[in-house]
Amino acid sequence: MTALLEVRDVSVVFDGFRALDGVDFTVDHGELRFLIGPNGAGKTTLIDIITGLTRPTTGTVSFDGSVINGKREHQRVRLGIGRTFQTSVVFEELTVLENLDLAASFRRPLVSLLARRKGVTEKVAEALETTGLGELAKKKAGVLSHGQRQWLEIGMLIAQGPRLLLLDEPVAGMSADERARTGDLLTEIAKDHTVIVIEHDMDFLRRYASTVTVLHEGKLLIEGSVDEVRADPRVQEVYLGRAREEAAHDVVS
Amino acid sequence: MTATLEKPPVTEAPVKEPRDWRGPALFALVAVIGLVVMPLVLEPFRLGLLAKYLTYAIVALGIGLAWGQGGMLTLGQGVFFGLGGYAMGMHLKLNDAGDGLPDFMVWSGVETLPALWEPFRNPVFAIAMVVVVPGAVAWLLGTLVFRQRVRGAYFAILTQALAAAMVILLVGQQGLTGGTNGLTNFFEFFGQDVAADSTQRGLYFTVAIVLGVLFLGAWQLQRSRFGRLLLAVRDGEDRVRFLGYNPATVKTITFTLSAVMAGIAGALFVPVVGIISPALLGVVPSLELVVAVAVGGRFALAGAVLGAVLMGYAKTYFSEELPDAWLYLQGALFILVIGLAPKGIIGFFRRKDVTA
Repeated sequence: MTALLEVRDVSVVFDGFRALDGVDFTVDHGELRFLIGPNGAGKTTLIDIITGLTRPTTGTVSFDGSVINGKREHQRVRLGIGRTFQTSVVFEELTVLENLDLAASFRRPLVSLLARRKGVTEKVAEALETTGLGELAKKKAGVLSHGQRQWLEIGMLIAQGPRLLLLDEPVAGMSADERARTGDLLTEIAKDHTVIVIEHDMDFLRRYASTVTVLHEGKLLIEGSVDEVRADPRVQEVYLGRAREEAAHDVVS
Repeated sequence: MTATLEKPPVTEAPVKEPRDWRGPALFALVAVIGLVVMPLVLEPFRLGLLAKYLTYAIVALGIGLAWGQGGMLTLGQGVFFGLGGYAMGMHLKLNDAGDGLPDFMVWSGVETLPALWEPFRNPVFAIAMVVVVPGAVAWLLGTLVFRQRVRGAYFAILTQALAAAMVILLVGQQGLTGGTNGLTNFFEFFGQDVAADSTQRGLYFTVAIVLGVLFLGAWQLQRSRFGRLLLAVRDGEDRVRFLGYNPATVKTITFTLSAVMAGIAGALFVPVVGIISPALLGVVPSLELVVAVAVGGRFALAGAVLGAVLMGYAKTYFSEELPDAWLYLQGALFILVIGLAPKGIIGFFRRKDVTA
């Protein structure tokens, strides 16, 4: 069986700056993969390449065995690649329910969108339950807290039934409480989805990660279990660009 | 998950939400005023003016849809208004001319009827073109620019340039279009004397009913999933893309609808006012309508309609009483509304849940 996602020898050059440099990256069906690296390592660029926001200068991206380099963003979503952004973007003028419903309706023919929404479809109800936003369903998304917005975004992803979820720093800016809830949510989703998560937060990583890929200056540094990665001296050296001892302390403690 | 929550109903027809009758009630009230009260109390001249404002309101409705709901600031609706108006005007001119040439062509020294004009003899063709030509132009423009992600000020400038170009084209083709004078001196409208009170009365009802029907259609569209999607495109086009929708399609459809509305308005304007000319569809009239929509309240379709009618009245009133002051007043009103009430006049009346 081929891997779900295969990124082969991808480079991205922005005005002479190599954001990614010959990266190979493979994710299998059902994996929960964490992507880490210091600022500017190219994590978000890699996600952008996979979702079509950025075009690779060289290299190929294959999804489920076929090359998708030429596909536009919405076409990739239709193939089953969904993502969230660092700064969550929900539609503030729409209610939580409408946000989820809009996400869930993306495969409906355009003509059928001319009808009004009646009731709550099963997918939307599921997403409401998984994210715990049921009580806020009728509230406008504009009034949600930062954490709730991230959950709504994740809920919108789930409602689309994607085959691959890409989450860009889902716990950034969250309180400890919210982090724990997001972690639980993530574990829940990972049971029946393939998920890639960008995360800076070491604590979070240690608690929820299985396989970790480390990027550094646009190159793939190491890939392995949390323990392997933590033990790797190169990771300790580059991580956040700090001195070895300090970084080791940060990673291990 | 620690939070306990009630599972919402999964059926397609859940617990009935209490229906809000205030909207339909208000619509019915306005319809009664428009279709019964106004024709009774207004003298023919004033009723004709109201008919004119209502044609503007149809354009405004389209602007409300494209700009208020879809975020496309279109400064060139006059183009589509004009396309609809000229299609109607050409038919009326040919009808009046019988076997001869329309009067302005004779004055311009044109000897044979241009091929472009010939099919407009047929009333069905002419009426079809009122819808098809503005729709096709908007669709083509939308397909070209929205796919390239032209938006915001760039889109606004583009549409404005289109309005300017349209005027130049019309003025330059004197023999074909009547030049600066446009098409005027109509005598007959589908077998009726166009100047007769009864015809004008009928036209008023036609305009009012067309506006009402289009309003209901736009209202329904706004409340549909498509309407939600349109708001989403307005507020986060890039995010919509990552929900698997193509925003360019959504915008093109909406822009086309707004253009068709403007086209219909233009076609109705011609028999009501008796003229269509470049001065009525260039940059300034296009902008005036956008200002009217902003004043009325662009986030509500009713606001757009209200704004067009009020500004139409204000323009007539002040042009009669204080001819020099109108332009300044219009500018001041615009600044006042944008500064103090960005949601327009209608913003004062709307319920909290809509603005929250």
